Amino acid sequence: MRQLFSFIFPDQASNLAPSVDAIFFALVVLCSVITLLVFVVALFFCVRFRRGSKVDRTPPKGGTLRFEIAWTLIPFFVFCGLFFWAADVYFAMSRPPGGATEIHVVGKQWMWKIQHPDGRREINELHVPVGRPVQLIMTSEDVIHDFFVPAFRAKQDVVPGRYTTEWFTPTKPGRYHLFCSQYCGTNHSTMVGWVYVMEPAEHARWLNQVAVSESLVAEGERHFHSRGCSGCHAPNSQIHAPLLEGIYGKPVPLSDGTIVIADEQYLRDSILLPNKQVAAGYEPIMPTFQGRISEEEVNAIVAYLKHLTDSERSQQ
Amino acid sequence: MSAVPMQAAPQYAPALQPTYLNVQRTIRSWLLTTDHKRIALLYMVSITFFFFVGGVAATLMRLELLTPRAELVTSETYNKLFTIHGVVMLWFFLIPSIPTVLGNFLVPLMIGARDVAFPRLNLASWYLFMVGGAFTLFSIITGGVDTGWTFYTPYSSTYSNGHVVAMAAGIFIAGFGSIATGLNFIVTVHTMRAPGLTWWRLPIFIWSLYTTSIILVLATPVLAITLALMALERIFGVGFFNPAIGGDPLLFQHLFWFYSHPAVYIMILPGMGVVSELIPCFSRRPLFGYKFVAVASVAIGVLGFLVWGHHMFVSSQSIYAGMIFSILSFMVSIPSAIKVFNWTATLYKGSIRFQTPMLYALFFIGLFTIGGLTGLFLACLAIDVHVHDTYFVIAHFHYIMVGGMVMAYLGGIHFWWPKITGRMYPELPAKLAALTVFLGFNLTFFPQFILGYLGMPRRYPVYAPEFQVLNVLSTAGASILAVGYLLPLTYLLWSLRYGRIATPNPWEATGLEWTTHSPPPKDNFETTPLVTAGAYKYDSQAAEAQREVAHV
Repeated sequence: MRQLFSFIFPDQASNLAPSVDAIFFALVVLCSVITLLVFVVALFFCVRFRRGSKVDRTPPKGGTLRFEIAWTLIPFFVFCGLFFWAADVYFAMSRPPGGATEIHVVGKQWMWKIQHPDGRREINELHVPVGRPVQLIMTSEDVIHDFFVPAFRAKQDVVPGRYTTEWFTPTKPGRYHLFCSQYCGTNHSTMVGWVYVMEPAEHARWLNQVAVSESLVAEGERHFHSRGCSGCHAPNSQIHAPLLEGIYGKPVPLSDGTIVIADEQYLRDSILLPNKQVAAGYEPIMPTFQGRISEEEVNAIVAYLKHLTDSERSQQ
Repeated sequence: MSAVPMQAAPQYAPALQPTYLNVQRTIRSWLLTTDHKRIALLYMVSITFFFFVGGVAATLMRLELLTPRAELVTSETYNKLFTIHGVVMLWFFLIPSIPTVLGNFLVPLMIGARDVAFPRLNLASWYLFMVGGAFTLFSIITGGVDTGWTFYTPYSSTYSNGHVVAMAAGIFIAGFGSIATGLNFIVTVHTMRAPGLTWWRLPIFIWSLYTTSIILVLATPVLAITLALMALERIFGVGFFNPAIGGDPLLFQHLFWFYSHPAVYIMILPGMGVVSELIPCFSRRPLFGYKFVAVASVAIGVLGFLVWGHHMFVSSQSIYAGMIFSILSFMVSIPSAIKVFNWTATLYKGSIRFQTPMLYALFFIGLFTIGGLTGLFLACLAIDVHVHDTYFVIAHFHYIMVGGMVMAYLGGIHFWWPKITGRMYPELPAKLAALTVFLGFNLTFFPQFILGYLGMPRRYPVYAPEFQVLNVLSTAGASILAVGYLLPLTYLLWSLRYGRIATPNPWEATGLEWTTHSPPPKDNFETTPLVTAGAYKYDSQAAEAQREVAHV
């Protein structure tokens, strides 16, 4: 019985899975009842009122209005209930909790490149500890991909030119499928991999297996200097450029009068498309790094800039 | 709706009365015809051809999916096969199917007119359709396209090789045929109804096609614009959608689904229209809740324009937009539910016969109910995240499109076959074929719901080995389905020569099309009909009484 169940139903391996499955089962029950009702009633009518059967065929008295009202309003209220339930779960799925481990994912035809905060890289594999929320910060180097882990009930398109996020807390150790589920070209169906959910101790051992030369933040700091960012974005620079210490998460007034929050997307765009949102009081003189810098380098620099804010906060 | 005085009812005299089929016999008279009935037949032959093109692609895909590795064809070929299947089945079979074949044939007949409002435009529609089809076939024969029927950017505009522009041009041109057909039906229904045929007396088939036509006219131009922008980006590098040159990839999806979601209703509404004709006729009861069914069609057409974002719940559109699209998607399912309940209630107190068209209509109700209810899963935001782009979605829309629309199309073809050809189809093989299609269909697509929730993504020629058993079941079903589709092709062709000669009204149906000859003369009616009552004046008690008299 259990084997048959696992044959037709996926593993539940994240905090999201039980809440999604609860709605799924409720819908399966509701829809089965409606389907059976329609089938049984239709079959009954077909048999009872077949041509030649001796039954009373006097047309029913009274209009159809009360029926129409009933089968318009009942679905309406049921559907509203379903909507709120599913929207509530979806809202939770879309909002990562604070303190989640941030892991960077870059999709490209046809592989997944993954980088942990400590700088460790993986390809087509993701190792995460059980019980700790993980937030993936994802982008694509070419076309749209999609990071889909069925056992987690988690899925999100990975779109070039922007960051998308997806989060989950793994709840069950094991090895789970990772699929690209947005069609991305010839080898779309082999852009797959595995997610390994490990006990925390085991995960720590795994992290220490290979000595990593530098963390993601350290790598970002290195690029920040080698790419020349620090030449202008520094207190003693002769070029008038905004200081970036503590900028992450703060409102930035723009030259067109609007104000944006300096999130990952803003930092990324400022590196690749510097003329898109120019900070108020500064000339649009920054050169674009589009095509000159890899997605991984951008990720590392963004991580470094976020770290500057964190360290500033901790100093306060 | 039997409004023609009894003495005007045609005496059957096939040899004396030239029909639209034999009034002229040259090939030229067919290719340059402006007769809506002949144009319907031109479309019927064309879309049958395209149906089998798309069907061959589907067969090869299902064979490839027998094993979890790409063994029969390479991944590259598989990607081209599902693109061919999608493009051909959608734009060259499903969208034109009922509107251009049954619609062209029946709209003037059902409203008591001699032709559509613009007969020459009607012929031009068919030529546009064929030119579009030629472009699509050209792109298939010269190497194919691997973008999928959705043409998502930046893959289609920048990365894909192959004749993307030629295929898009084919759809673009065929789209103008759709717009012209829609315009023709709108004007025809508004201006050419027979005296006395008010809106509330129109058959539901006309209501459905009227709504479909409005969607065709409003939505198809957006598709044309979208494909043109994609082609401009591909040929000239104008940055609309590719972020590397300043575009927005989500803009494409918004534009594409703004057409393609209403297009789903272009595909299903005419099927609902057909079923609304079949159920009352074969149960000898007036359609339950006529006005509600009519208004539900229009409501589906309107709401259908407001739900495109439910294809984009995981695309990174705003979560609040997702919520709006979710609740609206629930709302659009209400009119569909109303229709199912009304069809079922029509059976009550009926005198039901189970000829082939009725079998198809009953199968339609069953499969459409399952297809519609599984749509609720997709409207539920949290569940859609999991099943989006998996086989669950594939199963869902095949239940609507194949289980719904193709069943209705076949039901309609059988129902009006005597009117169209003047011959009866053979009943026993037809019933067997209907049953084969029904069984094969369920075996093909039901396992895909399970595959989808397990997480098998669509467009995967190479898949995880644990999905194999369900895929083998699905392929087995597809082979039964293929037999089910070849059977009607065979016996319907057979019946053209050997079928029993049809009387003007073999089903004793109401509706103006049954008051003229089978097949009708070139100008449809000898005298313009006068309508004095609403549609579906059926009486199950009278039918029973008549049966008893016949048996005494």
